[in-house]
Amino acid sequence: MQLIACPWCGPREEVEFSYGGQAHVPYPDSPAELSDEQWAHYVFHRDNTRGRFAERWNHSAGCRRWFNAIRDTATYRFERVYRLDDPKSVTP
Amino acid sequence: MTSSSRTPEGGRVDRATTVEFTFDGQTLTGHPGDTLASALLANGRHQVATSIKLGRPRGIAAAWAEDPGGLVQIEEPFPEPMLLATTVELADGLAASGLPGQGRLADVPDSARYDAVHHHVDVLVVGAGPAGLAAALTAARSGARVALVDEQSEAGGSLLGGTDRLDDAPALQWVAAAVAELAAAPEVLHLQRTTAFGSYDDGFVLALERRTDHLGAAAPKHVSRQRVWRLRARSIVVATGAHERPVVFADNDRPGTMLAGAARTFLHRYGVLPGREAVVFTTNDSAYDAALDLSRAGVRVQAVVDARPEGSPRRAECERAGIRVLSGAVVTGTRGVERVTHALVAPFADGEVGASSAIACDLLLVSGGWNPAVHLFSQSRGRLRYDEGLGAFVPGEELDGLAVAGSAAGLFDLAGCLADGQRVARAALAALGVAPAADDRLPTAPEPVVPAAPLVLWRVPDTSGAEGTTSFVDLQRDATVADVARAIGAGLRSIEHVKRYTTIGTAHDQGKTSGVLTSGIVAELLGVPVQDTGTTTFRPPYTPVAFAALAGRDRGRLFDPERVTALHDWHVAAGAVFEDVGQWKRPRHYPRPGEDMEAAVLRECAAVRTGVGILDGSTLGKIDVQGPDAAVLLDRLYTNLMSSLKVGSVRYGVMCGVDGMVIDDGTVLRLAEDRFLVLTTTGGAAKVLDWMEEWVQTEWPDLRVHCTSVTEQWVTFPVVGPRSRDVVGAVFPGVDVSAEAFPFMTWRDTTLEGVPVRLARISFSGELAFEVYVNPWYAVAVWERLLEAGRPYGITPYGTETMHVLRAEKGYPIIGQDTDGTVTPHDLGMAWAVSKKKPDFIGKRSFSRQANQDPLRKQLVGLLPVDRQTVLPEGSQIVEFAADGELPPPPVPMLGHVTSSYRSAELARPFALALVKGGRERIGETVHVPVHGTLVPVEVTGSVLVDPEGARRDG
Amino acid sequence: MAELLRTHPLEAWTAAFERLPDTVRIAAEPYVAMVDVRLGTVGPGASTALGVDLPTAPNTWVPAGAGRAVWLGPDEWLLTSPTEAPEELEGRVRAAVVGLGGSATDVSAQRIGLRLAGARVRDVLARGCSIDLHPRVFGRGSSAQTTLGQAGVVLLALSDAGDDVAVLVRSSFAGYLADWLLDAALEFTTTPDR
Ligand SMILES: [Zn+2]
Repeated sequence: MQLIACPWCGPREEVEFSYGGQAHVPYPDSPAELSDEQWAHYVFHRDNTRGRFAERWNHSAGCRRWFNAIRDTATYRFERVYRLDDPKSVTP
Repeated sequence: MTSSSRTPEGGRVDRATTVEFTFDGQTLTGHPGDTLASALLANGRHQVATSIKLGRPRGIAAAWAEDPGGLVQIEEPFPEPMLLATTVELADGLAASGLPGQGRLADVPDSARYDAVHHHVDVLVVGAGPAGLAAALTAARSGARVALVDEQSEAGGSLLGGTDRLDDAPALQWVAAAVAELAAAPEVLHLQRTTAFGSYDDGFVLALERRTDHLGAAAPKHVSRQRVWRLRARSIVVATGAHERPVVFADNDRPGTMLAGAARTFLHRYGVLPGREAVVFTTNDSAYDAALDLSRAGVRVQAVVDARPEGSPRRAECERAGIRVLSGAVVTGTRGVERVTHALVAPFADGEVGASSAIACDLLLVSGGWNPAVHLFSQSRGRLRYDEGLGAFVPGEELDGLAVAGSAAGLFDLAGCLADGQRVARAALAALGVAPAADDRLPTAPEPVVPAAPLVLWRVPDTSGAEGTTSFVDLQRDATVADVARAIGAGLRSIEHVKRYTTIGTAHDQGKTSGVLTSGIVAELLGVPVQDTGTTTFRPPYTPVAFAALAGRDRGRLFDPERVTALHDWHVAAGAVFEDVGQWKRPRHYPRPGEDMEAAVLRECAAVRTGVGILDGSTLGKIDVQGPDAAVLLDRLYTNLMSSLKVGSVRYGVMCGVDGMVIDDGTVLRLAEDRFLVLTTTGGAAKVLDWMEEWVQTEWPDLRVHCTSVTEQWVTFPVVGPRSRDVVGAVFPGVDVSAEAFPFMTWRDTTLEGVPVRLARISFSGELAFEVYVNPWYAVAVWERLLEAGRPYGITPYGTETMHVLRAEKGYPIIGQDTDGTVTPHDLGMAWAVSKKKPDFIGKRSFSRQANQDPLRKQLVGLLPVDRQTVLPEGSQIVEFAADGELPPPPVPMLGHVTSSYRSAELARPFALALVKGGRERIGETVHVPVHGTLVPVEVTGSVLVDPEGARRDG
Repeated sequence: MAELLRTHPLEAWTAAFERLPDTVRIAAEPYVAMVDVRLGTVGPGASTALGVDLPTAPNTWVPAGAGRAVWLGPDEWLLTSPTEAPEELEGRVRAAVVGLGGSATDVSAQRIGLRLAGARVRDVLARGCSIDLHPRVFGRGSSAQTTLGQAGVVLLALSDAGDDVAVLVRSSFAGYLADWLLDAALEFTTTPDR
């Protein structure tokens, strides 16, 4: 049972959290202007990185806040978590 | 009564008390403090069972969980399969029998209790032997929060099975003092009979405590029999000791063949002489202690057979005791059937075995060295290193937050283990920023005798002619050297492949004695270093754990939470039959005496369509959406326009995912310019709130809007049917309930005896209907007022089944039943609910994707079985005949499937909803549904079968 | 007509709670008005208007008059009041925060409170709660939104000794949680009756 550090509540067991997939995939500004292929890319396509990966988590059984994390998909280690409004929040 | 093989004195059993048990139907006695194994040995019994494949007699070969021989089935106090006689504590009334490999599960429910406890500590120490006790004392004295867990019935570890001395006194005196000191420390949890069976991420260790079995009939029923400790430690000290390793030779499985250290344990801990004439076969010095101790206790030690050409410096000690030592010799085989009668001994030099001679014995002790118990370290992804000198795998790296101490780290002298335990604990404290106590003294152990180097010997070449087919590597799997050789011959190289080919290490004991032997033998056969072969992966659990223990308290009523509404007790008293909707218990129907569900539902449906019915709709999801941008948010999330909704009005809406597929639907009440009440499906309540939060938090943080669940803040009672106006008007006289003053899809606030109540004209049945919302504190009172007022009209409580029939008759889909995540609003015939004005909303862009424009997409339609009799099973496939009126050849193309199907009181026939390819174009056609082997013709219709004009909604 | 009778989800458990030993006393605390407050920035204005300094440290609660103010999130609190009617509390709080961009929602019946007191309370909770409830880390003023058994709960530490805890649970889960607590407390009863 891994611990995940909610940026607000601190470390909690992983079952308190839900996974939100890849982070930093914004909703397109003007969906109507996108081709079917571009739109499909937003809807269906996500990276499948081995190693460091920026992803979204939600502390669903706690404070219900979304946050981002850099996690190693091979070791499951969380390198860091950061709030959505964190100025450092752009993926390195 | 002293049993035949019990020593006259000594051991840690309670000789003053005798307990009676049965084994294989025979009544025997033992003492509290015995294990089943020690009691059997005390009764002169070595053989426990026969082996799974070959049916060879097998006996007790070790003293604890590493024993590969003594599998038993417990019959009393409760049937339990596959336990080791060596780990079952003796209790009065215990009944057991030997197992040929496979056990039998109980066929009666287990009435014992099981539970779990979470516990957090700074330092967790696993193992209460010398290193573990030293570590625990060091940690405890600092004031840190400490847990010490140990799988035996008492602390002491290896000290329990020896004669060690500390501070010039028996070492067990120090153990007792240490235990007392730990008991007095307020922040220390010390658990015996507790096996740490798994080490997981972030200092998480699971341990199984056996709490009551040893109490026998006195075990309190209200205390859990077993407990899973969910330990979370900032730092872990693994002091789990080591397992003695056998040497493989021909016929090494005969009962009476035992690890040397185990015999010592049986002697010192249990006061049992495991034999009368012993041969000791060793590759290292440790077995000399067994030879000398047994000799002193009266066993005739016929010979110590030491594989090392130079033997041991302890030879002289043996000879003084009259024990013959044969250096440069090995045991090549045994004789005997149910018990060893002879050891075959031969000279051994440079890997070559000479001619054997037989030495009579009823006990053959074996020591091939010691394997550190690295299981927890390895489970934590610690890398192992092969130690050439020890012939064993030891921890090969430092891990964050987990350190290994004592024998588990490859140290085998008492002074070294004590010091190592303390060193590791101090390092753990330092890492946590905790200062060790000033007075941190540990006892002094005698200066260790430096042992001679052990010989690493995995197997004795088979000179018996059996070619390794009786040289057992894994006794539990009946797997031999010949099997390993066959695996290598088949081209397998990886130890993991050899394991799966031979099944070595896959039995109950998970290879505790066979694992490293296999690595050694494979390396030898391949001619590669053992380090390269490595070990198979160590996985939890270390020893088997019953599913009941893992389930813990989550059984029976507590298996899955039952959510109930404020009216639940009323429903129960009214004889409701409940159905599970997610975790909710909802009344499905209210049968009257003699009614089955079909009759009850037909009656309830008719009552609603002709009179008035009432439903507990409290499980509907409710979300309060507040803030200046509330309407903006809803416009973005619903397919239709919500910002144009007037305060006081209600609108139906559909929500889609970004892929354009419907995810939920429901009505929306505009409470104020800046406040809406969003209703969701029962199953969608949490999902929709999460959906809203996700968009607000991650995409639109600038929106000034807040969403709050109020699902349980309001009970909801739809009062439905042509007479509903009379009922609601009577209970809430302050509200003008006329169609003109209170039109369809509007809501009004009122009070009842000062309690706020909200009424809404929303209909899920097509009938005139009022939904009554009130704080659940008043649910029973308001419900009963409505029933009272409805009595003159025969008001009928109805359940979810009737609700489903009524809505299906009107073609209202249930999201998740009539949809499956691949259905757009257009597929549902709800293009009218999709705004063309809004520039964007979630899902909009996907509607124009090519796949979503396909005219052959599955669309929601109605189906009427032509025979007016058949209720089509939900989920049935739909097919059509070829032009020639016959079924096309297989595979028959599927047109779609039935999503909802009921018998209609109103239509006086069964009907169904279905998703059918190009369904709306097929209205009027006849298609077929296979039901129980026959093809039922059904007419495709529009989805609205009752009151398609909507004439009834105003009563 | 007569006043409307009130009922709460744990009435049927009253007798079972009363049979518990002094080391684990459990009592339902029904009919407490509660409001969910959302507010972006907490300043002196909010404190004055609300009459309480909303706690900004995660996992904490503070007394608020006769009730409590519980941190639920960086912009979310639960305000409780045993002395006001739900609609009064909502109205008062809404008036205080709406001008500051906040919102207030009556959630009085959304959850029900249980008060657990006695020397064994921490042991009972530890049977189903994965967070560390040791008084060194969960003293008076601490709170946690987490899971107890299989129910979502808000825990409030009411004492420094870990022997007095309020548990708020969703009303529909209250019966489950009550059964769970009774089962978990069974070990500490001297005369178990089941
Ligand atoms: Zn959180």
